[in-house]
Amino acid sequence: MSTTTAALAVEDLHVTIGRGARVARIVRGVSWSVQPGQTLGVVGESGSGKSMSVLAATGLAPATARVEGRAFLDGTDLLGLGPGELRRTRGRGLGFVFQDPMTSLNPLLTVERQITEGIEEHLGATRRAARTRALELLEMVGIPDAARRLEAYPHQMSGGMRQRVMIAIALACEPTMLVADEPTTALDVTTQAQILDIVRELQERIGMGVVWISHDLGVVGGLADEVVVMYGGQVLESAGVQTLHDAPAHPYTRGLLGARPRLGRLREELVAIPGAPPDPRALPGGCVFYERCPIKAERCAHEVPPLAEVAPGHLARTFCTEER
Amino acid sequence: MLRFTLLRAGHAVVVLLGVTVVVFALVHLVPGDPVRVALGTRFTQESYDALRAASGLDQPLLTQYVQYLGSAVTGDLGVSFRTGQPVTTILLERLPATVSLAAAALVIALVIAFPLGVFAATRHGRASDTVVRVASQAGVSVPDFWLGIMFILLFSVTLGWLPPSGYVPLTEDPLEWARRVAMPALAVGLVSGAILTRFVRSAVLESLGSDHARTARAKGLRARVVLLRHVVRNALVPVVTVIGVQAATLLGGIIVVEVVFAWPGLGRLTYDAVAARDYPVLQGSVLLVAALFLLVSFLVDVLYGRIDPRISAR
Repeated sequence: MSTTTAALAVEDLHVTIGRGARVARIVRGVSWSVQPGQTLGVVGESGSGKSMSVLAATGLAPATARVEGRAFLDGTDLLGLGPGELRRTRGRGLGFVFQDPMTSLNPLLTVERQITEGIEEHLGATRRAARTRALELLEMVGIPDAARRLEAYPHQMSGGMRQRVMIAIALACEPTMLVADEPTTALDVTTQAQILDIVRELQERIGMGVVWISHDLGVVGGLADEVVVMYGGQVLESAGVQTLHDAPAHPYTRGLLGARPRLGRLREELVAIPGAPPDPRALPGGCVFYERCPIKAERCAHEVPPLAEVAPGHLARTFCTEER
Repeated sequence: MLRFTLLRAGHAVVVLLGVTVVVFALVHLVPGDPVRVALGTRFTQESYDALRAASGLDQPLLTQYVQYLGSAVTGDLGVSFRTGQPVTTILLERLPATVSLAAAALVIALVIAFPLGVFAATRHGRASDTVVRVASQAGVSVPDFWLGIMFILLFSVTLGWLPPSGYVPLTEDPLEWARRVAMPALAVGLVSGAILTRFVRSAVLESLGSDHARTARAKGLRARVVLLRHVVRNALVPVVTVIGVQAATLLGGIIVVEVVFAWPGLGRLTYDAVAARDYPVLQGSVLLVAALFLLVSFLVDVLYGRIDPRISAR
């Protein structure tokens, strides 16, 4: 996994909000990379810093956040760019799909305008050419009667159709990377599956890299090549999706797998992870997961385990690898 | 859109009818006998009875109301007890003064509120935001008539730049009108602008933090495009309501400032009519102000439908 060939790579990313005693450390030294055509799943509970790490890397963190580290898109460090260049690079090379398509689309503009404005800005297309492209995009994401839908406003569409529009907007300039921040969480299960299929198919066609942020290991499992598990602003484990599923090294990952319902095992009891994620303003001295860890090794109370290789391409932040 | 507009217009008519009932009832519930006031020292029982009958005040209330409504529809709002002039004529005489003052004040308010509100919102939490917030709080807290008196002291008494009071119609001499309207419009417009600034600031602030503003930034649009097309435009929806309320208030509520500047508008007319118990004039001016209020709300509703496609669709 080299950062020079990666479609998107994040190196030692830190995000803090506030200063002094009340500083919240949202993301603490996160690194990962996505190769072209590959999908990286970033998994964690709400507040784990999973969304923030991706938004911060692409310059979309809130103005109050301080971002340090490096984030390479096709070899260009986004965080080293001036505001104008960052804006152009992001619009051209990155597409975004967010959680709630109702609020993420502008309610006052037609679907057409919301797709064409980026095309006009970054590809220098005329209004007419951009419209033709918008029509193409709507057909590509599987919206029936696309010509009529161009004139529609978001409130006139269903949740699944809206999310398809979001995908069309994200893909408008043929980006090298698609960032999907919980794009199926607000949708019902059938629609979820359709959206997953569309992204998978388009990824194959266009060959773009995908970062898929989710709290749902199940969704990510069916989609990702590599998975990064985040907790308390840190990466706790990262591995290929099959390795992670078959041989999770970190107690937290094992907990996540245990908390997932599976068909055919309805009678099996779901194992919840007791407790709540740590407060980013009062992080523990030792391992960030110590409070909720079922093992609670003595050493972990005051020493932070390093993110170390437990097998080739498999990293975990734990001292307890042998106790698996 | 047409259906939406007609529906709103229908609502306005129903409300206006309600207003006539309330105005009519209120005026007749107020203690004091207008006929006695009108006659003053010329009071005799015969002249009292004669004027009472001539004004229709000896009829039952319901009859009086129906008569009032009937003539009101044809534009006849009765005659003033005090001057004997038709009320409609008096109102039409006063209307331009009030409308031109309100319009000037609203323009001043908008010119202040939009740049300052948007500016403060984009500088949220910084020193410049605090300055705007404190200044607008001060503006909200100051009574407009006090500002007016201070302006007279400064610009008329001390500097001698502007005439302290009086009105010249815009159609007669635009320059002189501007000189006369400057101080009252500024006094009212500053206060109104301070209120609007706060609304614009908070609406833009909310819109800046919205998901769709983030989408717009994610598309890599220019900062100016994000601000105008995606942030301010969406912030307009709540702001337009407040602008409407401000406009309506300006049309009907500049009473004290009109008195301070001897501005012959509806506010002053209402004030004088109350003092003299001139019922027909009072009824007429309240009705006109209510009608103006409804007209403004109607325009706001229509404007709403034009800004937000979700509203006209309902």
